[in-house]
Amino acid sequence: MLAYTAKRLLTLIPTLLAASILVFLFVHLIPGDPAAILLGDTATPEEVAQLSAEMGFDRPLHVQYFIWLGNVLQGDLGTSIFFRQPVLSVIGSGAETSILLASMTMIWIILIGLPIGILSATRQGTWIDQITSSGAMLAASIPTFWLGLYLIMIFSVTLGWFPSSGFPSLSDHGGITNLRYLLLPSLTLAAPNAALIVRLVRASMLDVSREDHVRTARAKGLHPTRVAIKHIFRNALIAVAAAFGFTFAALISEAVVTETVFSLPGIGRLVVQSILRRDYPVIQGVILVIVVLYMVVNLAVDLAYARLDPRVSLK
Amino acid sequence: MALLEVQDLEIAVRTKGKLLPVVQGVSFDVDDNETLGIVGESGCGKSLTALAIMGLLGGTTVRITGGNIRFDGMDLLTLSDGERRSIMGNRMAMIFQEPMTSLNPVYRIGDQIIENIRQHQKMTNAQARDRAVELLSLVRIPNPSERVDSFPHQMSGGQRQRVMIAMALSCDPKLLIADEPTTALDVTVQKEVLDLMADLQTRMGTAIVLISHDLGVISETCDKVAVMYRGRVVEAAATENLFAELAHPYTRGLLNSIPVVDSDVDWLEAIPGRVPTLEEELTGCAFHPRCALVTKLCATSVPQETEYKPGHSVRCHFSGKVAP
Repeated sequence: MLAYTAKRLLTLIPTLLAASILVFLFVHLIPGDPAAILLGDTATPEEVAQLSAEMGFDRPLHVQYFIWLGNVLQGDLGTSIFFRQPVLSVIGSGAETSILLASMTMIWIILIGLPIGILSATRQGTWIDQITSSGAMLAASIPTFWLGLYLIMIFSVTLGWFPSSGFPSLSDHGGITNLRYLLLPSLTLAAPNAALIVRLVRASMLDVSREDHVRTARAKGLHPTRVAIKHIFRNALIAVAAAFGFTFAALISEAVVTETVFSLPGIGRLVVQSILRRDYPVIQGVILVIVVLYMVVNLAVDLAYARLDPRVSLK
Repeated sequence: MALLEVQDLEIAVRTKGKLLPVVQGVSFDVDDNETLGIVGESGCGKSLTALAIMGLLGGTTVRITGGNIRFDGMDLLTLSDGERRSIMGNRMAMIFQEPMTSLNPVYRIGDQIIENIRQHQKMTNAQARDRAVELLSLVRIPNPSERVDSFPHQMSGGQRQRVMIAMALSCDPKLLIADEPTTALDVTVQKEVLDLMADLQTRMGTAIVLISHDLGVISETCDKVAVMYRGRVVEAAATENLFAELAHPYTRGLLNSIPVVDSDVDWLEAIPGRVPTLEEELTGCAFHPRCALVTKLCATSVPQETEYKPGHSVRCHFSGKVAP
């Protein structure tokens, strides 16, 4: 297991390097002088020339890359044009919201997706299966922005149970109860992904239930519930674990929409605003952070995979 | 009273809203320490019969429509699910045709044996583990105290089948049902597994129902034989008697299709045609389209089970005429 982990960590390095080159080139791929782009329409030629020299845009591209990479490795992602602050601290200010939102969403996906998927598979063909399967289909088809707006209308505007927008930090007044601000957004984000997991759990469990070893388990005289959980679900989990990596990728893009709908001060909304403000260093920084995060999550999924399936790590 | 008594067992498959009979009027019994072989081609209903005895007929599509199965004095078909489960894997155990896939790939083999033991016996995990090691050494797995922690993919097909046997024997069953236990194995491994089963039977007095399409395997290991064709037992007798005088043309056809090393025959005899599918409606004897002795009578009337010799029953209108 340790050797496998080390091997997987090593394979991250070339991927990270490739990603860093793409992120670095991002500013240079936009046609025109990067300094002019960074400064916007109102800049004078003198200002452009000054920034160009300051940022090193007049040097050869590969030199610029290594300087940039050196800075990144030291935690310096540049300075936000809009905020006049280091990019890292701008991203950091949105991190609390986004991390809490993502965690709550993941918890919903697991709490809703797995049990309903198991129920649907073990009651295959009954009315329970019909209801859960069509419910999952519906949840998977609803666009997140639409669901978000609907939840706001019902639970915030009409019923007044939950706040409709914003998120004060957990360290602010209200403490842990501030999580109620994230309830509707996290449910919105979780719905389509939980639906996906429901369908996946159901399909994999039905697949596994036809395997020979399940017949062996039944021949032991085990209770059907034990056969379903310990033998069928446990094997189905291997396929489901792999899907969590994709779910995470989907979460990132869906979070951009959801944070905008619910006006949450998270990284998703930061990206949208930075694009509108042409704050390229921030966009660059966020992309880099997301790439690293995505790779870490997928590494975790791979390790979980090896842990779930003893046939993997030994190869 | 025999340990296992199957009487007039009927099994039907539901397809397209119709119930098609796949096993009809099958009867046999097995005593302690006795081995019954059930032989026949694919699709003759032998595996379904075994699954029905074990209680593993799955779902709503295949079900028992008649007859009864008595085991150790109990009527199995009237027991509750819970009572039935307390017998499965305990007093009655089964091993399957596919050793490569019959073990759960994500659990260590020891844990899979322990699960079976602790399902039926009050034992701590440590006690059950000791018992698992003991069982593995009984089925001649080398280094059992280490191999108990192996995963199935770390073992060969023959070893996995031994593990299945160890698991089946873990609660000292009175009846072991083996459905083509050696079909997926190499010939040399086949012999080892069959010898192992015979050896364990002598030691423990287990009754065995051995299902096979291989008359050679049956003749070497079984005390008595039931030959099945399209859902019916067409011939049944003690092994010696059956091979001394084959009363049914199908049994004879099966035997003639086995190559014999020392013979001068250039061509092997094959039974012409194939087993009719369930959808094909057949009148009379199910074997008549393939039978060399067929007459008008065979096409119209189903032969009843008759006693050919004492203890040797057959379903054929012309049973006497096929004797060598």
